[in-house]
Amino acid sequence: MAPVADRPRPGDPLDPDAAISVRGLVKRYGDFVAVDGLDLDIRRGEIFALLGPNGAGKTTTVEICEGYRSRDAGEVRVLGEDPADGARAWKARLGIVLQSGSGDSQLTVRELVTAQASYFADPRDVDEVLALVGLTEKAGLRGRTLSGGQRRRLDVALGIVGRPTLLFLDEPTTGFDPEARRQFWSLIRSLRDLGTTMLLTTHYLDEAEALADRVGVIARGKLVEVAVPSALGGRETAPATVTWTEDGARRTEATSTPTAFVADLATRFDGEVPDLAVTRPTLEDVYLQMIGDDR
Amino acid sequence: MTATRESTQLPSLASVYRSRSSVELKEFFRQRESVVFTLLLPVLLLVVFGAVLDFDLGSGVSFTQYFMAGIIAAGILGASLQNMAINIATERSDGTLKHLAGTPMPRSAFFVGKVVQVLAVTLASIVVLLLIGVVFYRIDLPSGTDWLTFAWVAVLGASACTLLGIAISSIAKNGRSASATVTPFALLLQFISGVFFQFSEIPSWMQTFAALFPLKWMAQGLRSVFLPDVLAADEPAGSWELGRVALVLGIWCVLGLILCVRTFRWQDR
Repeated sequence: MAPVADRPRPGDPLDPDAAISVRGLVKRYGDFVAVDGLDLDIRRGEIFALLGPNGAGKTTTVEICEGYRSRDAGEVRVLGEDPADGARAWKARLGIVLQSGSGDSQLTVRELVTAQASYFADPRDVDEVLALVGLTEKAGLRGRTLSGGQRRRLDVALGIVGRPTLLFLDEPTTGFDPEARRQFWSLIRSLRDLGTTMLLTTHYLDEAEALADRVGVIARGKLVEVAVPSALGGRETAPATVTWTEDGARRTEATSTPTAFVADLATRFDGEVPDLAVTRPTLEDVYLQMIGDDR
Repeated sequence: MTATRESTQLPSLASVYRSRSSVELKEFFRQRESVVFTLLLPVLLLVVFGAVLDFDLGSGVSFTQYFMAGIIAAGILGASLQNMAINIATERSDGTLKHLAGTPMPRSAFFVGKVVQVLAVTLASIVVLLLIGVVFYRIDLPSGTDWLTFAWVAVLGASACTLLGIAISSIAKNGRSASATVTPFALLLQFISGVFFQFSEIPSWMQTFAALFPLKWMAQGLRSVFLPDVLAADEPAGSWELGRVALVLGIWCVLGLILCVRTFRWQDR
């Protein structure tokens, strides 16, 4: 896992070694400021998850990095180049899974992946890619006849067939059933083991927690925190909550020393403490607290 | 699974052009609606009009021979202008274009693929119409240098209409709205450009309006191919005006290209 480091501060120089380096990024749509001075570094080889409510600026930020949108201010380097003048050779090193998918088609799954492979210098084997995303048995079906989850897996296949150095995944598992999500997670982990850097946006906090080396929370166009998932929002040092039942009533105690507290309880009860539970804030708890001002 | 490598040499333009052409041909010929709408509709019109309006135009020429030129011009319009306007508007609104713009596909390859699609559909349309004309309506095929005129009018007309179709696709919100706008407009042009009726029978103000658009000139150029030269006297100018046909279609090519370059978008606004 990548080491923990603070995020860049406003005014820091671009990081030439980073896969993605963003400084002071601003994007406006009319009067609405979608991205409002965002600073971000994504290291080579890591999986970085960008979390945030709808309209917080996630997709705008990602699409600026992908070269789809222009920016109003700030500096961006993706694999060492400015996406605003990204040439074919630069695009050949990216894999992009858009939130909007890859469109309807009369072509079969295999034909679509083969066509996509033809744009790249050193594509992966088409059958290998189909097996990776679990579409081997659907290879002969036409794109437009696929279900939502199968379509998303096709999008991912199109994103990885070019053997990208950097893979963008914008809400990749929307519409997946739980089993398909687990399979997708293991695919993402095997891509990471091959050295692919990934920028993932997601609404699913368990997905970020399961996959990401680091998580960034974006709210109102700014990056409010970057941390490893277990430490987000000071979660690892936050007071634990101990709950138990005593004299027929549910009792709750917040404590920074839960072990000592439970030991005391055990002495008091002289054995098992009824309905004992020790919990720490979940990723969802701290996340909702962070973006809470928005709601 | 093989490891991530930094890419070496990008594939050649020719190989991506081949790949895109194959994609575009499959996309068209596998879609039942587009095949029926673009290829079979003119065939149906030829069969119906050929059977109903079988009168003599004078000089021993049947209306079917006249209609052949018009319906081929309409077939070219359908294969190029209507097809491109609807097809590209659909691909823009469903995300196909945005997806392609994020790949290292050279952008020229997209347009080469579309041109190959239009050429194939145009050729298929012409061949089917000629075949039915010859077999069922004893149409006289062009001879000698008429084939050359046929070729340049078809290619120049298809080019102008393809460019216009691509430009129109950028105005439409999606495929359905493109179809709702372009289909009635194409039908109107067909009525006033000498496809269903003799151009000389149409009120002169309508003739003037029709002369602003490519279809009238395509139909006129093709009439010079299918009709004997004596009938040139029935044209408004008293001749086939092949030079003017080339000029107007050429102007529409330039205008269409400028519109395309200025308006083409890879994603929805």
